Amino acid sequence: MATTHTKSAARAMMAPSVIALLIWMAVPLAMTLYYSTLGYSLYNPISTPFVGFDNYSYFLSDPTFSAALVNTLILVVGVLCITVGGGILVALLLDQDFYGVNVVRLLVIAPFFVMPTVAALVWKNMMMNPVYGVIGQFLSSIGLQPIDWMTEVPLLSIIIIVAWQWLPFATLILLTALQSLSSDQKEAAEMDGAGALSIFWYITLPHMSRAITVVILIQTIFLLSIFAEILVTTNGGPGSQSTNLTYLVYQQAISFGDVGAASAGGIVAVILANIVAIFLVRLIGKNLDA
Amino acid sequence: MGAIRLEKVRKAFGEAVIIPELDLDIKDGEFVVFVGPSGCGKSTLLRLIAGLEDVTSGDITIDGTNATELPPAKRRLAMVFQSYALYPHMSVRKNIAFPLKMAGMDKAEIDKRVSNAAKILNLDNYIDRRPGQLSGGQRQRVAIGRAIVREPAAFLFDEPLSNLDAALRVGMRLEISELHQRLKTTMIYVTHDQVEAMTMADKIVVLHAGHIEQVGSPLELYSRPRNTFVAGFIGSPKMNLLTGAEAKKHDAATIGVRPEHIALSTSEGMWKGTVKVSEHLGSDTFLHVETALHPEPLTVRADGEFPVHYGDTVYLTPQADKIHRFDDKGLAIR
Repeated sequence: MATTHTKSAARAMMAPSVIALLIWMAVPLAMTLYYSTLGYSLYNPISTPFVGFDNYSYFLSDPTFSAALVNTLILVVGVLCITVGGGILVALLLDQDFYGVNVVRLLVIAPFFVMPTVAALVWKNMMMNPVYGVIGQFLSSIGLQPIDWMTEVPLLSIIIIVAWQWLPFATLILLTALQSLSSDQKEAAEMDGAGALSIFWYITLPHMSRAITVVILIQTIFLLSIFAEILVTTNGGPGSQSTNLTYLVYQQAISFGDVGAASAGGIVAVILANIVAIFLVRLIGKNLDA
Repeated sequence: MGAIRLEKVRKAFGEAVIIPELDLDIKDGEFVVFVGPSGCGKSTLLRLIAGLEDVTSGDITIDGTNATELPPAKRRLAMVFQSYALYPHMSVRKNIAFPLKMAGMDKAEIDKRVSNAAKILNLDNYIDRRPGQLSGGQRQRVAIGRAIVREPAAFLFDEPLSNLDAALRVGMRLEISELHQRLKTTMIYVTHDQVEAMTMADKIVVLHAGHIEQVGSPLELYSRPRNTFVAGFIGSPKMNLLTGAEAKKHDAATIGVRPEHIALSTSEGMWKGTVKVSEHLGSDTFLHVETALHPEPLTVRADGEFPVHYGDTVYLTPQADKIHRFDDKGLAIR
């Protein structure tokens, strides 16, 4: 790939996909930007006057917006804590040699293959339902009051459902990292007098730091746009207790028919996601260089 | 201090017996080298002593206390691994300080010992670098540094030089020998390289398929090998081992003559042969000579500028007092 000839050939070959990708990305973004400046209601789509930044001030001053922003952050951070912490523990377990480890590994990874809507519905109706749900049944059987998860702790419920879906991903990445740790290092630490906990803290965890970074970065990107789980379980409610930014934008467009405000919300979400991304890359991305 | 005693130590992985019952005595301050071909169990033996593997049966005594059931950290041994096994995310300083930190030593004492070790090993200039930024030789020194700060009863080296290039290996060999002279601590050193064994050891343990073939000083093994395996393994190039009619003449099943104990002549001698490949080392030349005595060519050491070429006829005369005789079980006849 060194000569001028091969370079230009490579460029020509890649051009179609690069152009297609650019269009794919740039056109919707441009249209969203454009719509965000219009007073565009689905109930009156004929008149779409230019309103400047009105949609933005409307969206940002909406009290639901700040609630949704906080919910989004709680959702992301909550799921990250559970999946990274749980992922490390499960990976440590799966790294052990026990009978049937291959089957267990397969089972642990299975939730990742369940569609978000299906997973959320299963959790809502079969696990968390206070009457029919497994958790409710269990609590009743030991004489406790069952919890109505979706109305009492809607955001926590969604965090649990999403964490359940993403735990396999974190586990998988962390397990591969764990398996790449040379046994020599562990043995050296053992000879140096480190106990199991010290080996984990001083040897294993630093070794996994890069994988943990990758998990956090990738998951954050996906978790900022959680939608299906909210739609099929709580619908953002009660009130706006489980509304995140994505769901708020959806509500603006579909429930209230306000395409202009929804577009403005979409742009705000893009900007916020970028701020988060920049912070993350600054904060932990340097782990990836070493 | 650092006397180590193995009694009836046996190691098996399931059905596979790696080390059949074995006894060994290592005196305090000795430099002992375990040498043998790959898969002879020498590394396993070292790991048994270190406590990284459990013995199947038998006892390991370190300093008079039974260490068979002790965990590695409690045996007061330090090990240098073939891969160095440095902690990649820690600086050299932290690597060396790690065992002391684990022992809960106070900060000032740790600093003192680390800088002392760094001085001994010439690591002063790299003390704040990470292992990834060091060369092979420097990493090796860090690994040794991590071992010496603990002031262990004995050092264990598991083929520490096999990842280094030839020139560096010679240098590190000297450094380790020098270190032993200075510290006077027991060292157990595993290698497959008999040159390393010969040059460094006070005592060599030759292992073959888990058995100890012979224990002795380098020169003892060289001049009085107990059997054909040791005879063939110690010495470079290998001893010539002859069977058949020529051995019969000496009342033995096998006789052995080292390449350096055969006199060469172009005019007269005991055995007639044809020169095959010559290996010129400058100071010496090793000739591979085909004879009627043996299907394999014999190796003979000649002077650096011995004037023969491929296909020339030469005459070989072994030194009578340097002929090793072995019986039909391969044991030396004395």
